[in-house]
Amino acid sequence: MSLAERQDTISQDSAVWDGGMGSVGDYVALLKPRVMSLVIFTAFVGLMLAPGSVHPVLGAVAILCIAIGAGASGALNMWYDADIDEIMSRTRKRPIPAGKITPEEALAFGVTLSIGSVVTLGLLVNWFAGAFLAFTIFFYVFVYTMWLKRSTPQNIVIGGAAGAFPPMIGWASVTGSVSLESFVLFLIIFMWTPPHFWALALVKNSDYTAAKVPMLPVVAGETSTRHHILAYSVLLAPVGAAPYLLGFASPVYGAASALLGLAFVALAADIWRKREGDLAKAACWRLFKFSIFYLFTLFALLLGESLVLGA
Amino acid sequence: MAEEDKGIALTDEQKKKRRSRSIAIGIALAALVVLFYVVTIIKLGPGIMDRAL
Repeated sequence: MSLAERQDTISQDSAVWDGGMGSVGDYVALLKPRVMSLVIFTAFVGLMLAPGSVHPVLGAVAILCIAIGAGASGALNMWYDADIDEIMSRTRKRPIPAGKITPEEALAFGVTLSIGSVVTLGLLVNWFAGAFLAFTIFFYVFVYTMWLKRSTPQNIVIGGAAGAFPPMIGWASVTGSVSLESFVLFLIIFMWTPPHFWALALVKNSDYTAAKVPMLPVVAGETSTRHHILAYSVLLAPVGAAPYLLGFASPVYGAASALLGLAFVALAADIWRKREGDLAKAACWRLFKFSIFYLFTLFALLLGESLVLGA
Repeated sequence: MAEEDKGIALTDEQKKKRRSRSIAIGIALAALVVLFYVVTIIKLGPGIMDRAL
């Protein structure tokens, strides 16, 4: 139903209304819970690694606000991208294209949570962290979603910064500032994002082509994307080891990150070699799944070390 | 005489979903009240008892 038709229907006596059909679960789905879980984890690691201490309740408030802010960004992203979500098989069942939540409801929900999370973080924790969260939401919604996503194949390279900020916000929640260490945490996620998403984009190329989203495989072709995945993986490996190289992680982390980095490059090389058919697709899925394990393990190691060494 | 404007008539399904959303909003607001109360106590610490009479 178009917006004009909807307004016409609402103006009639005893009119039916196509809104108000979203369940609590549908609104939770708007928050992109899987993305949110990664945000919570990386922000928590940033918070735990930061020098100094924060009251556990304030720490929990900071993580909650960062999580809600990330969820609000997801809701606003789904509001803006409802037209392309409807086309792609991966996103077709999201609440807006599925007709469970109207775009207006999603917009109101996203804006309310954005303001609420930023103000709560600012009031209860510190305003630097609050401003940083506001900037992250702005970056994800306006820079990535509205501008880059539909205009350049570098969309996820630059836009990936939004997903990499949470550990810095977690750090800032404790210290009220940022530092080289927190920037390294940012850099790990920033360099990890392109090969992670391009591996998925190679498999879902037809979806992005149909939706006219200029992902790298759509614009530059699959061969060029394979070159890019390999190049970014080679760059990611030393960045992953940077916490050890810069002296804020142990040799155990250094050895583990080196091994994981080599495995990442090996899987990227596998994608580079296998260009056709099911083998190529399987190689992409392998790197996509391993990339999640890679990021989780690096941050879990840093968290473990901070708990053991900080105790 | 003009017919009475009945406005939007919600279906049973919409009413059921609205009720569940209202409960969730109520819980979230109550949690926020508790949160701000607890953080106020934490931030003020012992100073919460220090007030002019």
